[in-house]
Order: sequence, then structure tokens, then C-alpha cells
Amino acid sequence: MTAAVVVPETPVLIAQDVTFRIARFLPDVDSEVHWEDFVVPMYPTDRVLDALSKIKGDLDGTLSFRRSCGHGICGSDAMRINGRNRLACKTLVKDLDSSKPITVEAIKGLPLEKDLIVDMEPFFAAYRQVLPFLIPDGHEPSRERLQSAEDRAIFDDGTKCILCACCTTSCPVYWTDGQYFGPAAIVAAHRFIFDSRDSGAEQRLEILNDREGVWRCRTTFNCTDACPRGIEITKAIQEVKRALIFRRV
Amino acid sequence: MQTHSFDVIIVGAGGAGMRAALESGNRARTAVLTKLYPTRSHTGAAQGGMCAALANVEEDNWEWHTFDTIKGGDYLVDQDAAEVMCKEAIDAVLDLEKMGLPFNRTPEGRIDQRRFGGHTRNHGEAAVRRACYAADRTGHMILQTLYQNCIKAGIEFYNEFYVLDVVLSEVDGQPVASGVVAYELATGEIHVFKAKSVVFASGGFGKVFKTTSNAHTLTGDGMGIIWRKGLPLEDMEFYQFHPTGLAGLGVLLTEGARGEGGILRNATGERFMERVAPTIKDLAPRDMVARAMVQEVREGRGAGPNMDYVYLDLTHLPKEQIEEKLPDITEFARTYLGVDPVTELVPVFPTAHYAMGGIPTNVEAEVLRDNDHTIPGLYAAGECACVSVHGANRLGTNSLLDINVFGRRAGINAAEYANSVSHVELPDDPAAYTIELVEMLRSSTGGERVSTIRREMQETMDMNAQVYRTEATLKQALADIQGLQRRYRNVSIQDKGTRYNTDLLEAIELGFLLDLAQVLIVSALERKESRGGHAREDYTTRDDVNFMRHTMAYRGVDDQGQEFVSLDYKPVVVTRYQPMERKY
Repeated sequence: MTAAVVVPETPVLIAQDVTFRIARFLPDVDSEVHWEDFVVPMYPTDRVLDALSKIKGDLDGTLSFRRSCGHGICGSDAMRINGRNRLACKTLVKDLDSSKPITVEAIKGLPLEKDLIVDMEPFFAAYRQVLPFLIPDGHEPSRERLQSAEDRAIFDDGTKCILCACCTTSCPVYWTDGQYFGPAAIVAAHRFIFDSRDSGAEQRLEILNDREGVWRCRTTFNCTDACPRGIEITKAIQEVKRALIFRRV
Repeated sequence: MQTHSFDVIIVGAGGAGMRAALESGNRARTAVLTKLYPTRSHTGAAQGGMCAALANVEEDNWEWHTFDTIKGGDYLVDQDAAEVMCKEAIDAVLDLEKMGLPFNRTPEGRIDQRRFGGHTRNHGEAAVRRACYAADRTGHMILQTLYQNCIKAGIEFYNEFYVLDVVLSEVDGQPVASGVVAYELATGEIHVFKAKSVVFASGGFGKVFKTTSNAHTLTGDGMGIIWRKGLPLEDMEFYQFHPTGLAGLGVLLTEGARGEGGILRNATGERFMERVAPTIKDLAPRDMVARAMVQEVREGRGAGPNMDYVYLDLTHLPKEQIEEKLPDITEFARTYLGVDPVTELVPVFPTAHYAMGGIPTNVEAEVLRDNDHTIPGLYAAGECACVSVHGANRLGTNSLLDINVFGRRAGINAAEYANSVSHVELPDDPAAYTIELVEMLRSSTGGERVSTIRREMQETMDMNAQVYRTEATLKQALADIQGLQRRYRNVSIQDKGTRYNTDLLEAIELGFLLDLAQVLIVSALERKESRGGHAREDYTTRDDVNFMRHTMAYRGVDDQGQEFVSLDYKPVVVTRYQPMERKY
């Protein structure tokens, strides 16, 4: 170990009561969405998902939300936290202002099913429409296809996508026009359009040239801000637009 | 209740399930049932790589890979199965590349490879570059690529359909698979799926432990279903604890970090793995590294205010290498611990990670009902299955390999079998058990909470059945779990609704977890030796005379209706490697 190595300091952690204001909707009971407050003791390093689990486990078993991996890789728990789309498992209490109630609501733009659960089907339907798979030319090599590290780097960013829908459901165009493909589907198309092994770019560009395609994007950057994987989504959409104008990738 | 009919039903949409679906889907009418959405499956959390002797960057061959797998598994591996896996590994990787998986590349444009724990050149001479990878999100890329190809192939998915039972019919006095029963989360409706073949690819059960890298949804449902049918579970005492979980949280940091040159250090800064495995040091198999870490802490060389973890040191690696090859784990350390691996030491400690045991199958992925017989039409692959290619300890990357090789085999065999037979008559009232299970939980007025029982289960398992075990700790765990099982009968849920009833879902999951915890403990109690991931402090050495055999656990019910675990054993298949002392 060299002298320059920093041994991390361990702060003393104290649990404090935090109020979570959750947008509730139980379809069997409620006619409309309403807010409900829950107070839970939280450590600063706890995740919002920990709070939801505590509320469900100890206070109100009817609270419903999706979650799986718990560390930001499966994309199940996208929700609006303090008005911004985030993953509940990647949002720590210390990064929010916990002196006020922390608001938690379902993501917008997809049909609400129950509490924090929305119908994901329209989101995945848009993804499926852009041909999100490799379309190779007919020639299949016996070993792997060769690809330079530089060619691979061109589409690397988009491969990080976990299909959580944080981007698409933060897009004002998507909120008002449910037919718009939305940023996540365009990122998926981009990931293949710019893959040197793929030969389906023309087909995908044609799909995205549709009136519900990339031209709907108003470059508000909400999607880029919302992405929990740090993907430069707006840039990817711009690159697809440019490819459409110049018809080359 | 709705009834559907397919040739092949696949339970689970992780790597094994979707790899199976790609083979089955173009041969027979196939549906995939998952309690999640396919892309939420835990294959996506795998990080470091998938091993195959491509020899793209240095000399390698599948026989060396086979030997490493067997030695890594402490000679409990069925050697014929390991040969199949390591031989087919090469095509498994190439198939994924052809499907579009964006592997990292060498300067020549080939698939790049890196070092991983226990993978060596020429039977242990030195670490070898065998793991094919896509940064530190290899599992994510496998899951995405398989899902994308399922879309391309038009595979039919039933998302958020929670399978609660497998239907077995009797033909000539023998059990034959004839379908599954599922609970639709969106509506609360029960569905019967009639099928000629059923493939279980439902994943592991890491949630029996408190500190785990596993998803909340990894609750051993498939294994639990098989268990409740009176079918055996194999080698359940062998559970892997991954050395580098983020301390206190259990979030996984890939072994690839050590493959890239990362070093484990104790509080004094000492590279303690040099003492334990002088040749391959930090790249020793996971069971050895996890034990060494626990020993450091026990002997007072742990770091932090409670001296209860050690450090993963990446600070000597170039910043670009860390950010390019290990971006996700770098972010995990920054997000969850506020620690920057580029300049700071990362606190780590073992985390419950992987079940070596599971539903016994042969190399054709056919499920065994005892040592000698399979159940026609029933298949299993991936973590829920035990082939056994991992033996007593799985080598890093071999799980991603397992799901691809045996997922593929399960898909082909299930479809070909389905095409060779006609539908078997379902038994009367095939959904009776499931309806009763759901109604009992929904109508129960008992005073026990799911979250309380689950917490107590996880605490006793972490305390008493983790990296090190003794008869006393295991007996304590058994008493605790049996007590919790009794309390579980009084569990009630608050949500009585039909739509997205996740309260009910968690209650059912807990039932499976308790069953599996008990099987794990009883199997561990009777294995009076230390082998691979099963370390007994009261029996510290491997005992090949008495215990070089697989455990086969069966559910029994006594005259009073009391359940118990009954154990039998199955021989290990040895082809060419006689057991040796395991040194690295």
C-alpha cells in the first residue's frame, strides 16, 4: 500500500425519522390517486427502496411497487422521487432533502395500475418496434466477427441501457403523445445502427423517420438527466437525426 | 381459471430460460413464464465474464478448463458434465457474439479475455486469460442479447406470471410432466398451462441469507415447487459466498476486479492471500478467498471501526483501466459507500451469492426423480439445477457458461421430446393445490408478519449457516427455522386485493425460502467434512472415503403429518481426474 492511498473514513451514522409522501392508488378501493404520509427511521445511507420495504413490511402491506436486484441493474423500480425520475434502489436518503417530506409517485405517461406500478407494455412495445437485435449480413464467419475496439466504443454507451423507462417517462413529448417511440427505443435503435457488425440501419432509420419517430424529440434533455446509467441519450437521438439527414452511419 | 396449451413451457426468463427458448421456439410451440419482466432477471447482475478456452490472447484448451472446474469444485463435480460444459463453452461464446453481444475486443478485433479466480494454464501453473467479457456487465449484455433475440424469434412471453406448481401425471405408474399452474400478478387469476415438456430455469434462493448479492426476487420458487412434489434436491449444503460484497450491503463487486490486478488487503495493508495461495494469490477460488477473509477478521486484522471487513485495493491500477473495464462496480462503490476505488480502498466482505446445489439433472438437462430415473418431459437448467458442474464450489464465470450450455441443451431436448409425444391427460383438478395455497394466505387472520419471519430467518442463516459451520451452529439454525415454519402457518397479509398483490407474492416466496433453508441445514449437518463451500469447523478436512458423494434430499411426511428431510446419496462421476489435495 502506498502512502497516497486513502483509507475511507467511516462516518458515524444516526437514524432519523423521515417522512415519505407516497401517491397511493389501490384499484380495488380507490377512485383516484391520493397522497399518504409514512414516517420511518432511516440512516443517511439507506436507499428510498429500503424505506418502501420498511413501510410495506411493518406499516402497510398493501403498498405496492416493483423491485428486484436492489442495486440499479435490473430497472424494476423506476419512480418519481421528489418530482424526478430515479431508481428507488439507487437514490440514497442523504442525497435528498429529508427535512421535508420526500415525495414518491409512479412514473408518468404509462397507464397507472396500482400505487407505484404502471403498465410497462406500451414501453416494451415501442422497444420491440425498432428491431432491437443484430441484423447481420448473410455471411456468417466460423469464428467471431471481428470488430475493432474503436468501432465497439462508438455504440458502447447505449449498451448500458437497463430498460427502466426513467428516460421515456420523463419526456414531455411522450406524456402528451403516447404514440411517440420515446428515448429508450431510440437508444436501442442507435445501439444497433452504429454497430459495425449490423446491416439493418436502413430499416431502423425508416422506422424512426415516422411522424412518431425521432423528429418528435424537442431536445429538452430530460431523458439524459433522468438516466440512472448516465447514458447520453439526447446525443444519441441527435446522432440518429443526423444519420437520417445524411443517410449514412 | 384459464387453461392454455403449449408444447414446451419454460419457467423463468433469465439466461437459462431464454437460451432454452431460442432453441425450443423454432422447434415447438413454446411459452416462457416469468414472475418478472425478462430483462429484470438476475442474470443481468452478473459482471465479470464467461469462460471459454478460445485461446484468443494466450495458449489455452478446454481440457485445462475442465480440470480447473473439477479442482475448483473440490472433486464433487460430475466430470462427464464438466467436460461437456467446457467443450461446448467455445461455441456458446461464439453463438452469443453472433447474436450481437458486444464483447470487449483485443487489438486484433477478437473477443478479449481476462483472468478469473481458479482458472489456470496447464493444471495450475499460473492464472490464464479465459474470461470473455463486456466491461463489468457481461451478464447484463447476455440477458439483453438473449431477450433481443427472443424478440427477433417471436418468442411468446407471459410476464408477471408466477408459477406455483408443476403438474405431474401418472403414466404406467410413473410420473410424467404435463404442465404448470401460474398466478397472474396483474389480475390474481390462476392459469393452468398444459405442456408436453416443462423446463425450470427459475434461478437461485439467495434470499435465505441476510447479506447477499441476490435480488429480492431470488426466492427459490422452482426448487421449492420440486421439493414439495417429493422430488429430490441435490447438494443443497453447498452455497457460495462471494468474497467481494460491499461491506454491510452485500452488493457484488466482480472477481474481474482482481482479474484486472486488484488486491485484497487486511487492516495492516498486508496482501494476506499470498499466505493462503502462494501461486495464484487473490485469484484463488472463491471458497478459499472467502474463508481467508473471515479468518483475517476473526484474528483481529479486520478493518473499519468494528474491524469487520477487509479492503479491495485497486488504487495501483491506472484510472482509465478501472473506468473502462470496471465502470459499474466503480459506480456501486461511489454510490453506496461514497468510496472512490480509483483513490480509495473499498471495504468488502463475503456475500451469499450462488447455490451450487439444486434440482438434480443429467447432462441432457432431464430432471432426476431418484439416482437412476428421470421424469419424462421435465427439465431444469441454470442456478436452479444441479448437473453437477460446480460440485462443492463454483468457479467464477462458470454460471454464465452453465446457463448458456445447459439452457441450450434443455431447450433442444424439451422441444424434441415434445415433438415425439402427444399431450398427457392432466390429473383431475390440477390447480387445487395452488388455489388452496393462495386462498389460505389471503384469508388467514393469524398474527405473524412476513417481514418479521423473513428477517429472523435471514439473521439465523447469516449467523449459523454461513462461511463456517459447526454442528452446534447448524442445530441452532435448524431449531430456529423449524420454529419459523410453525409461525409461518399463522402468517397473514394485509392486502386482500386481486390486482398486483405483492403482499401475497412475498408470503408465498417466504414459504419456499423456509423450506429450502431447512433442506440446506439438514444436508449440511449430515456432511461431516469440509469441502468447497461447505466448511465445518468440527470436521476441518475433506473426507473422500465417506463423503465423496452427492447429497440427495427428499421431503418426507411422518405418520403425524409432520414434514421432515430425508437424505440419500448419489455417487460422483469420475472420468479422468482422481481427487488431489487442493493447493493454489
